[in-house]
Amino acid sequence: MTEISEKIAEVIEASTADFTAQCYELYQLPPLGSLVKTSDKESDIEIYGVVANATTTGIEPGRRPIARGKDEPDEEAIYRSSPQLARLLRSEFSVLVVGHRQDERLYHYLPPQPARIHGFVYLCNSEETRNFSQSLDFLNILLNTRLAVPADELAAAALRQMSQAHEDSHAFLVTAGKELASLLGGDYRQLKSILGRLK
Amino acid sequence: MTERLGIVISGSLEKAVEVRLDGAVSVEDMAVGRYVTIEGQKRRFFGMITDISLGVTDPALTITPPDITDSFTSEVLIGTSTFGTMQVSPYLVIGGDVDSLLEGPQPVKTVPSHFSVVNLASQADIELVFGSEDEGRYYIGTPLDMETKICLDLPELVKRSNGIFGKSGTGKTFLTRILLIGMLQKSTAANLIFDMHSEYGWAGTSEGGTSVKALKQLFPAKVAVFTLDEENARRRKVSTDFAVRIGYDEIEPEDISLLRQTLNLTDLAVEAVYQLRRHLGKSWLHDTVKLQDPDEIKALVESLRIHESTFQNLQRGLATIERLPFVIPHAQDNAVERVLGFLDQGMNVVLEFGRYNDIAAYILVANLLTRRIYDRYRERTERALGEGTAGPTPLVITIEEAHRFLNPEVASHTIFGTIAREMRKYNVSLLVIDQRPSGIDTEVMSQLGTKITCLLDNERDVDSVLAGASGRTALRGVLARLESKQQALIFGHAVPMPVVVKTREYGSAQSYREFTAIDQSASQEQVEKDIEELWQ
Repeated sequence: MTEISEKIAEVIEASTADFTAQCYELYQLPPLGSLVKTSDKESDIEIYGVVANATTTGIEPGRRPIARGKDEPDEEAIYRSSPQLARLLRSEFSVLVVGHRQDERLYHYLPPQPARIHGFVYLCNSEETRNFSQSLDFLNILLNTRLAVPADELAAAALRQMSQAHEDSHAFLVTAGKELASLLGGDYRQLKSILGRLK
Repeated sequence: MTERLGIVISGSLEKAVEVRLDGAVSVEDMAVGRYVTIEGQKRRFFGMITDISLGVTDPALTITPPDITDSFTSEVLIGTSTFGTMQVSPYLVIGGDVDSLLEGPQPVKTVPSHFSVVNLASQADIELVFGSEDEGRYYIGTPLDMETKICLDLPELVKRSNGIFGKSGTGKTFLTRILLIGMLQKSTAANLIFDMHSEYGWAGTSEGGTSVKALKQLFPAKVAVFTLDEENARRRKVSTDFAVRIGYDEIEPEDISLLRQTLNLTDLAVEAVYQLRRHLGKSWLHDTVKLQDPDEIKALVESLRIHESTFQNLQRGLATIERLPFVIPHAQDNAVERVLGFLDQGMNVVLEFGRYNDIAAYILVANLLTRRIYDRYRERTERALGEGTAGPTPLVITIEEAHRFLNPEVASHTIFGTIAREMRKYNVSLLVIDQRPSGIDTEVMSQLGTKITCLLDNERDVDSVLAGASGRTALRGVLARLESKQQALIFGHAVPMPVVVKTREYGSAQSYREFTAIDQSASQEQVEKDIEELWQ
């Protein structure tokens, strides 16, 4: 039985290299580094990306949440006594685009068009993750981005997530490590820091 | 099966080609002296590993090394950030261009292009380069870690003088024995061996102390053993063919001049020898030594204008020669004629020195005989040239402790220096065996066609052996890392490229059978042919 990819969010901001999606449920964020996809039905392109950052904020930019729990016995009680909170807060995550699928072929570089707003975002299942990570060409994109999350952390998180989809996760990590070593040939410090996070 | 080792990443023809090893290939499995093939875009190259080193992509790795107890990190880093490299000297083109296809391996004139794949040479490649055993090719040993036979081109070998070098105890004698057997079987040359330690004629000993058969035991029909010391030969139960005696009247001033250093003679004393010879005639040596009366000495030195101390110096020196038991007032039989007689029949002559293996005796006899034999050869060659007939059988003279004959001081005026320099003009060449090649005149060294060298570790010796060889720096590394036994580096005319061999076995019953096998089948054929002719 094949797993079905789970619909988790919707694109609310998009550019060629990345997009931001809002989760349908508060705090139902995909893990850092996990592989997600969104599709563009019109041009029949599926865009793959790696979760690069996540935030939970108030829905109105000007209004910051206030502390409410002084008289509550536990944290859960805050949400129980103010059920509107689930509507006033939102969880978003940004996704770094690392490849796309067009005409049944996977490409590990940027798609011709950015994602569409309101496109559904799915968390890729193991099979998709395995297929996509057959080639490690996307690592270069991960290493060369400037995001809130350091590139080392992101690359390590992505590889850890992907390794779970592989039967021999150690072998996958070694292969990926070797790819990193050749990409970071002249920068042993960065390589060491990523390798340290892969174990 | 070809085993991929890595790819070419840089290099030059002058130095060597640098090869980066694949991640899967352990640097520890490589060995200097091993053969590889390089698959260039248009040509196939054949080369030898001359150096192996370690590389890192980032120097920071060497400053703060990773934790090697962590298997994951080391697994990732090996072959990527840290890798092995090796220097490969390409020597031959063995495929791809027209010349190499038609005429076999050709010397390299270029280097393989970037990222050409480097494989371990297969058995077939090595056979292509070094040939397989046939009429002229002689199996001398195997390459390192392989079973293929490496063969010397013997007809090519005996065309020039050759050298065998190596520290004491590295297997020079065994190697020489093997080579002599080869020459005896596969070349048309006859051998004359001045056997200082009586190791080549009848039997020798191995390092372990066991006795090994030598030439006469293996090829009784082709080898004659001469001796200077019959008593010693009898005790060792060696059947000798002739006992060499040298008469005083046979020793000439030229024979003494070579012994200048050994006998501690001054230059003036050597000059005086010539005067004495002129003055006293054939029996000069005996007369000089026997002259004890002070008045007579005075009269003689005054008439010849020799200083008296010079005369005394000379007398002391000559007395050393006279004391040699094989030097007698007058020899009945002429040793030179006997040697030539055997050589002319295609026999090989081993002259054993028995107990008289001190250097003075060796130099005296070797020089005396060689000079006369060489003169005969020269006469015959010149006559043959005049008459348009074939010259005499090529002769290879084997000498040990060669630096005593061929050092820069004497090389220019000894017969061995002349032979080494004039080469094959008169069909005589040398096989030089020595442990201090740096003592040999550079001019002589440069004329040696093929050099076979066991381990040498003295800088100067290594330099002098490798002088003039292409890729000298690379070979130096190979030479210094030879094992102390049974391994030798061969380079020069008889092999298409420098080669490290593990010399073939010598000393077991099986090895004797292998050595004599060709000979027996050949003689068997000869017998059958003779019988057939008889019946016709």
